[in-house]
Amino acid sequence: MEFFHKQTNFPFMATRKVWYGLSAVLMIICFASFATRGLNYAIDFTGGVSVEASFPQSANVDRVRTALAGAGFHEPSVQSFGSSRDIAIRLPPIAGQTGDIIRARIDTILKSVDPGAQILRLDVVGPQVGAELKTSAIYALSFTLLLIFLYLAFRFHTWRLSMGAIVAVLHDPILVLGVFSITQTPFDLAVVAAILAVIGYSLNDTVVVFDRIRERFEASRRLAPSIVLDQAINQTLSRTIMTKVVTSIVVVALLFLGGPVLRGFSEALLIGIIAGTYSSIYISASLALDFGLKAEHVFPSVKKTAADHLP
Amino acid sequence: MLEYARWKYILVGTVLLLALLYALPNVFGQAPALQVARKDRAPMDVAAQQSVEKFLTGKSIPFARSSIEGGRLMVQFSGVPEQLSGRDAVNQEYAKQYITALSFASRAPDFFTKIGLRPMPLGLDLRGGLYLLYQVDVSGAIGQVLESYEQGIRRALTDAKIPFTDVAPISVDSERPNGVRVTLPPNSDPDAVRAALSKTLADLTLTTANLSTGPAVQGVLTEKQIRQRQDYAIQKNIETLRNRVNELGVSEPIVQRQGLDRINVQLPGVQNSAEVKDVLGKVATLEWRLEDTQNDPNDAARRGRAPLGSKLYFHRGTKQPILLKRDIIVTGDQLTDAISTATQEGPGVSIKLDARGAEQMLKTTQVNVGRRMGVVFIEKSRETVQVDGKPVSRDVMTQEVISNATIRGVFGPQFQITGLQAGEARELALLLRAGSLAAPIYVVEERAVGPSLGQENISKGVNALIIGMAGVFLFMAVYYKTFGLVADLVLLANVVLLAALLSMMRFSLSLPGIAGIILTVGMAVDANVLIYERIREELRNGVSPQAAIRAGFDKAFSAIADSNITTLIAGLVLWVFGTGPIRGFAIVLTLGIATSMFTALMGSRALLTLMYGGKRKLARLSI
Repeated sequence: MEFFHKQTNFPFMATRKVWYGLSAVLMIICFASFATRGLNYAIDFTGGVSVEASFPQSANVDRVRTALAGAGFHEPSVQSFGSSRDIAIRLPPIAGQTGDIIRARIDTILKSVDPGAQILRLDVVGPQVGAELKTSAIYALSFTLLLIFLYLAFRFHTWRLSMGAIVAVLHDPILVLGVFSITQTPFDLAVVAAILAVIGYSLNDTVVVFDRIRERFEASRRLAPSIVLDQAINQTLSRTIMTKVVTSIVVVALLFLGGPVLRGFSEALLIGIIAGTYSSIYISASLALDFGLKAEHVFPSVKKTAADHLP
Repeated sequence: MLEYARWKYILVGTVLLLALLYALPNVFGQAPALQVARKDRAPMDVAAQQSVEKFLTGKSIPFARSSIEGGRLMVQFSGVPEQLSGRDAVNQEYAKQYITALSFASRAPDFFTKIGLRPMPLGLDLRGGLYLLYQVDVSGAIGQVLESYEQGIRRALTDAKIPFTDVAPISVDSERPNGVRVTLPPNSDPDAVRAALSKTLADLTLTTANLSTGPAVQGVLTEKQIRQRQDYAIQKNIETLRNRVNELGVSEPIVQRQGLDRINVQLPGVQNSAEVKDVLGKVATLEWRLEDTQNDPNDAARRGRAPLGSKLYFHRGTKQPILLKRDIIVTGDQLTDAISTATQEGPGVSIKLDARGAEQMLKTTQVNVGRRMGVVFIEKSRETVQVDGKPVSRDVMTQEVISNATIRGVFGPQFQITGLQAGEARELALLLRAGSLAAPIYVVEERAVGPSLGQENISKGVNALIIGMAGVFLFMAVYYKTFGLVADLVLLANVVLLAALLSMMRFSLSLPGIAGIILTVGMAVDANVLIYERIREELRNGVSPQAAIRAGFDKAFSAIADSNITTLIAGLVLWVFGTGPIRGFAIVLTLGIATSMFTALMGSRALLTLMYGGKRKLARLSI
C-alpha cells in the first residue's frame, strides 16, 4: 500500500501568506480565550484537595455537591469521572486541616449520600507547592526552547532555520493551551509533560524537513531558495504524515483506554501532534525563507557534515 | 551485495538476548501480597509461616503461596480483595505479634529472584499507597544549634568557674536568632570568658560588646555556617525519616530529598495516613535535668518567669509547676536504644545511653545522690490558626515533666523512665530509637491512592499498551508489507530493550511511565518510516533494491539523529526539572529514544541485510 505514490508538488512557499493568516487567526482565538476564560488549573498548580470516589450505583453529583457545601466546604467542584459511578471532587486549599481530617469529613459526607461510597484517591497539595510548580514548569519550557534553538543553530549553521523552527514550535503549545482554555479541560502536571513532549516531537518533523533542505541545497545550489524549500517539504511529506498517523494510533489508544487519569495527557498529545504536523509543513520553512534563508547560510564553507557518515 | 560487519551482528544479538533475560520477569506479572513482620524485629521462622498459612486456610481466605524473604513473610494472593481480607484477618488475629504491610510480589519462578532478576516495581498510582511531601523548617534547625551552643557555654563557664549573668540567643542583622550572647556582671574580664570558650566553641568567632549592664561576649553564625547547618539538618531528617519508616514495617519505602528543603516519602500499601504522619512528623525527645530546690516553683508560676539558671515546667497530668535547672544532663539524642517495657509503676521506656551520655549521667548522679532529677518530654507540632481571617502556621512546643524522682544511686548507661501511658511508651521508644529530627517538618503535599484504584490503573494502562501496539503493528504490516513486519519485530525488540533497562535500573513504573512506553512505540516507528520512505524514494529513482536499502539507511541517518536529539533535549529537561510522575515519564521517554535509535538503525539493518544481503538477483522488494 502507498498513499503517496507520486511525488507531490504543492506550492507551499507561494501560498504561505494564507497559512500565516490561518495561524494568526488561531493564535488570536487562543489568546482571547486565555484573557477571558483562562486555564482551568488543577490542584497541582493551585493547591487544594482532589478526591476520587466511587459509588455502588450511579452517583448523584448534585447531591454530593449540596452535601459538601452544606458541611461548610467552599466552592466544591463535583464531576463524574470516567464512569457514572465514579466522581471527582475538587476543593480549594483548606487551611489548617491535614489530609486525614479532610478524608474523614468527606468520607462521612459521601456515606451520608450513599453508604456504599468509597474514597479511591485523595490528594492534598499546599498552595505554596502549587505556585512553585508553576514557576518550574515555565523554567522547563524556556530552557527546553533555548537548548533546542542552540542545537539547531549549531547543526544548520544559521539562526534563520533555528528561528523558524522555534517560532513554529511555539505555535503548537499555544494551540494546545488554547484548546484546553476553550474547553476548560483541567490543566495538570501531566499536561505540561505532554506539551514538552509535543515540542520535542513537533521539532522532530521540522528537523527532518530542514535536513532535506540542506540536502537539496547541496544538490542544486543555483535554484531559488523558495523552490528548494518546496522540494524539501514535498519530498518529506509522505514521511511526515505517515509518522504522525502511526503515532496518533497509539495516542488514540491511550485516550480511549488509558482511563481518566491519562485523559488530559493524551488530549494534549493528540492536539499537539496535529498542530505540530501543520506547523512543520506550513510554518517553519516558510518563516526561514522570510528571514532571508539562502544556500550560503547553510553552507558557509563547502564541506560535508560529519554526521552524514554511516551509523 | 549488502554487507554488515560481523561484530555488529554479534553486538545486536548479545544486547537483545540480555534484554530478553532482564525483561522476562515482567511477563509473569506481580501478585498482590501481604508482608508480615514480627513486632520485635526478630526474623520470621518456618513455624510462624505455617501458623499464618494454617490460620488463613482456616478462615478460608485463598492465597497462592508464601515465602520468607529477608526475615519477613510474604503471602501472595490471587487478587486485591483476597489480599485485603487476608490483611484484616491477620491484623485481628496477630495484633500483638506482627505488623503487616500491603505489598506486591513477583509471580516469576523463584529461580529469577535468586539470580537477581526482578520485575519493575510498581509506582504508587499502580499499587496504591501514600505519598507525602515534607517541608523542612530549616530556620528551626538554627534554633536547635543555638540551644546546643548555649548549653556548651554554660557548661564551659561553670567548669572554668567564671561567673556570668545569662546566656541567651540574639539576632544580629537578621529576623531570626543567629547567635548567642553571654552577659557578664559589671567589671568582669571578657577576655577570660573568650579564652575559656575558645576550645569548646572553636567554630564560632567571638566578639566583645559593652552593654549598659556590663561587658558581654557574643558569637554569630556566618552565612556559610547557617547553610551548612541547614543542609545537615535536611540530611539528618532524611536519615531519621528512613529509620522511622523502617520501624513502621512498610515494604519498599522511598525517602528522598526533593529540591532544596523538601523530603518526599513514598509508602506503598499504606492506607492509614493519620497514624503514619503522626509517627513520621513527630519531633519528640527527652531531656534530663536536676530539680531547682532553692526557689519556689509556685512563686515562679505566679510571676510567669523562672529565676536565672532555671526553667519553669509543669507536671503532666497534675499540671503542678516545677523548677528544673537550665543545664541539661542528657538529651534523647545521646541514647543508643529505647525499648518500651512494663515496670512496677506502669508502662515505661528502658533507655540505653551512649558513652558520652553515660559519663555525664554518671558524673551528675555521683555528686547528687538524694536530690531529685526530672525527665522532660518535649514535643513540637505545627498548627494553623486564623489571624485576622488569614491562616497562619506556627510551631507549638509542648514541654512537660513526665517524672521527677529522687536519685537513689549512681546511674549507669542503662535505666528506665516511667510516667507514660501504654501507647505513648511504645511510640516514644520508637521515636527515640529512630533518632530525632534535626529540624521540624510539616506536610505540604499528600496523595493517597487506594489499592483497587491501582489495580484498575494497571489494567487500563496495559490495555492501552496492547491495543496501541497491535494497531501500529497491523498498520506497518499492511503499509510496508515484509518491511513492515521487519519494523514490527524491531519495535517489539525496542519494547523488550526498554523494559529490560527499566527493570535493571529498578525504575518504579507509574501510569505516566506506561504512557511513555506507549509513546516510545509510536516514536520508534518514526525512524523506520524515515528509512523505508527513503528506500521507496530511491527505488522510484530507479536504484537497484540492495543499493536502495543501503542508501535508505545512510541517507536517513542524519535526519533520524537530528530529530531524535531535539526530543532528547525535551526529555532531559523534564528529567532534571520534573518530579514524581513527570520524571517517570521523562526517564522512559529519554531511554526510549536511545533504545529506538539502536533498534531501528542497527537491529533493523542487521535483519534486512540478513534477509536480502546474500541474494544475487533481487528483482523487487516487498515494501
